[in-house]
Amino acid sequence: MALMKLTRRKFLIAGGLVGGGLAIGFGLGDDGPENAALQATTSSGEFALNAWIKINQSGAITIAIPQAEMGQGVYTSLSMLVAEELEVDLTSITPEMAPLAPVYVNATALMDSLPFSDGHHNGEATVGAWGMRKVAGMLGVQATGGSTSVRNAWEPMQKAGAMAREMLIKAAALQWNVSADDCAASNGKIIHKSSGKSASYGEFVETASRIEIPDDIPLKAASARTMIGKSQPRLDIPEKVNGSAVYGVDIDLPNMAYAAVKLCPVFGGTVASWDENAVLKMPGVIKAVRFETGVAVIADSFWRAKKAVEVLPVTFDEGANAELSSKAIFAKFEQQLASDEGRSYIDEGDALEQIAQANTVVSATYKAPFLAHACMEPMNCTALVGENDVEVWMPNQAQTLIAWFAEKVADVPAENVKLHTPYLGGGFGRRLEIDLVVMAVSIAKELKGRPVKLIWTRENDVQHDMYRPAALANFKGTLNSSGDIDAWQNRVASPSVTRSFTKRMLPWADSDMPDNTTAEGAADIPYKISNMLMEHVPTPLEIPVGYWRSVGHSYNAFFSEGFMDEMAWAAKKDPLAFRLDHISEHKDFSAVLQKLKEVSDWSTPLPEGRGRGVALHESFGSIVGQVVEITVNKDKEISVDKVFCVVDCGTVVNPDTVKAQMESGIIFGLSAALFGEITIEKGRVVQENFPDYDMVRLNNCPEIEVHLAPSGRPLGGVGEPATPPIAPAVVNAIFAATKTRIRELPLSKHGYTA
Amino acid sequence: MLSLTINGKKTTVDVEEDTPLLWVLRDTVKLTGTKFGCGIAACGACTVHLNGEPVRSCSVPISDAVGTEITTIEGISDNKLTAVQEAWIDEQVPQCGYCQSGMIMAATAYLKDNPSPTDEGIDEAVTNICRCGSYPRIRKAIHRAAKQMAEA
Repeated sequence: MALMKLTRRKFLIAGGLVGGGLAIGFGLGDDGPENAALQATTSSGEFALNAWIKINQSGAITIAIPQAEMGQGVYTSLSMLVAEELEVDLTSITPEMAPLAPVYVNATALMDSLPFSDGHHNGEATVGAWGMRKVAGMLGVQATGGSTSVRNAWEPMQKAGAMAREMLIKAAALQWNVSADDCAASNGKIIHKSSGKSASYGEFVETASRIEIPDDIPLKAASARTMIGKSQPRLDIPEKVNGSAVYGVDIDLPNMAYAAVKLCPVFGGTVASWDENAVLKMPGVIKAVRFETGVAVIADSFWRAKKAVEVLPVTFDEGANAELSSKAIFAKFEQQLASDEGRSYIDEGDALEQIAQANTVVSATYKAPFLAHACMEPMNCTALVGENDVEVWMPNQAQTLIAWFAEKVADVPAENVKLHTPYLGGGFGRRLEIDLVVMAVSIAKELKGRPVKLIWTRENDVQHDMYRPAALANFKGTLNSSGDIDAWQNRVASPSVTRSFTKRMLPWADSDMPDNTTAEGAADIPYKISNMLMEHVPTPLEIPVGYWRSVGHSYNAFFSEGFMDEMAWAAKKDPLAFRLDHISEHKDFSAVLQKLKEVSDWSTPLPEGRGRGVALHESFGSIVGQVVEITVNKDKEISVDKVFCVVDCGTVVNPDTVKAQMESGIIFGLSAALFGEITIEKGRVVQENFPDYDMVRLNNCPEIEVHLAPSGRPLGGVGEPATPPIAPAVVNAIFAATKTRIRELPLSKHGYTA
Repeated sequence: MLSLTINGKKTTVDVEEDTPLLWVLRDTVKLTGTKFGCGIAACGACTVHLNGEPVRSCSVPISDAVGTEITTIEGISDNKLTAVQEAWIDEQVPQCGYCQSGMIMAATAYLKDNPSPTDEGIDEAVTNICRCGSYPRIRKAIHRAAKQMAEA
């Protein structure tokens, strides 16, 4: 798909967003300022009817998609929202990356990033919410993350379709000199009902673009929809089976040079000395560049740049973290849990008193490691720095931030920044970060007038990520005389992702504030427990941590659903029935579990050596329940045979995409549960590449059966919610099969092979 | 100057003999459908065919490719999609799609020698990494392609 050439229209962070609250313009109607950005991208004979829709005179329709396509199918699902109301076939639509403009701000991501926005939490931490809101306002910009794309676009993009349709109908009525009431839109044409004549939208688009229309056009009733809710083939797939899809790393520009880097392996270390002359005579080498954390070689091919940078003599000042280790980090977690009260995110009843009084207390400590994102497409960014402008081609999830940092580093006016976002070869949160654009523009500044494509090797990627935080949790639980949970205490120590991320963007904003991501999946578990205390103990670390698919849920679900299973076995109850007993007031959760029980044939026992585990978790507005069947032997050879997955994400837009995202989230979480661990020794990452940071492959991938169980609940996200439950479901299955309880991931650390 | 045959066309390239085939394809010949994933033959994103056999091009020095028939994702079909590519669309396999060129090249080579695929055979032959987890659909697509090829 063609990429629009984007010109930055407005600098959002300095603009009205923070002070102006959350109001977003719909960008609907004729020539309002919200439409200007898209209008600026039109070609001859093409007209923008609003901020989302361009139609040309031959009837070709282009939809501006504010979110990046990184495999989640957003180009298709958001096009479906427009097509439903515009009355066009999906195949007549070409999705394109939207320009950078305030109208496309991801308000859902912004709201979700506020602590306690979902109403689950009642802890003392809410007093800090105002400060968090301020930071979230800065971060919640035009971005792709938090499983928010469809939720954010749901109403505006359907409205955009409806309004464009009405504008076209009115235009046809004007041109034909007939009553608009006698005209209808169908399959890309306006039909005059009395005479039966019809013509393509293209015939009317120029007139339509000048028509003003009220923005209260009613949307179709759910029962009248013909597209939303029915699986549609993805629009991006044909070019992804023949090699023609263009990812960031594929960008090819006239006179382009290539850059490879060598980075200080220790976090926070800097370059002490280098000898650039040693490589300048190597084949193809154009220039060597030194920056704070490493060195780069620019050459006429990536291979030549990489070979040169590998032999470029450089010494590093390793700084204060040169002795940091995973062992020391976990010791710090333990020390923090012992000495720091922390911050409560839910505090109901009196859990501490109940636990102090109880005769029997179930206690457990859970651990989760750092994880890397390891997107298949290695990190890359291409930059062309001119005398007073900068142009960037980068697979990214955060256009506003990328453009802002390109502007800062190139030191050019905001309006002279151009950003292109091609396809992303995976994102998973990694491409929200600004490190690549900062590095690429810094390097390209040294070769002004020539585009420079910076590509990281896989080793660069694994060792210089912003990692999923490691975390440690201490649980205590008690049961009452009927075997139900009486008290539940969970204290989690981890670094704050939001704090670490914010510090990278805005060093002055670094402060200890409540962070929803530290408590999500821990404070908002779906179970009714009279005495419940969940506290987070902030443990800032020198290791940069970032947003990794499902963020805090990714480890908190493992902790909470593992311990929930321990409580069930302590109560001598069936783990699924035990969960059902504790969620009786939450019908959506019960419905998912009941469905899961039925489809997984839960009540039929498995033979010796096999086990079934269950986990239930809500995240990003969707409830996902999973039952896993495993086979395990005494040599700890484990096979994850089958995963049953039931999801309630409310209204479904593209059912096959929801299924694909469930499969994807499960396998992503399973790779982490089986193999995923980033360890720190001497201040640096031990792992280097896929052999020591392994993934599930075809041979150890389970069969996955997904069931959609939409209730009447509001639209939920689907990109992340399948990831959290898989790890606890697997360890719960291991316990069912072997009575061995695993409280630390990955399983490979405990001798399991898959 | 090294002489190569890529997708049936002869071409010459001026690169060091140790340059991996991957980077010659991507940076010199500008065939970017073949992807860089790990650089050490661990992920399979760079899979191409040499004389019909699958190889991981990031770890094949260009000197080893001289005198062979090199086939990339761009060269497996003329104007029409192959049965494997069609099956990939029918099963809606790709998500981010980055690994899929390599997957399709590995699957195509496997099916050429194994017209009746088995799950075990697929597991052994297609060891590429897909970070999006499209594996269940890849398996279905390979079986579907085999069926279609048998009927054709």
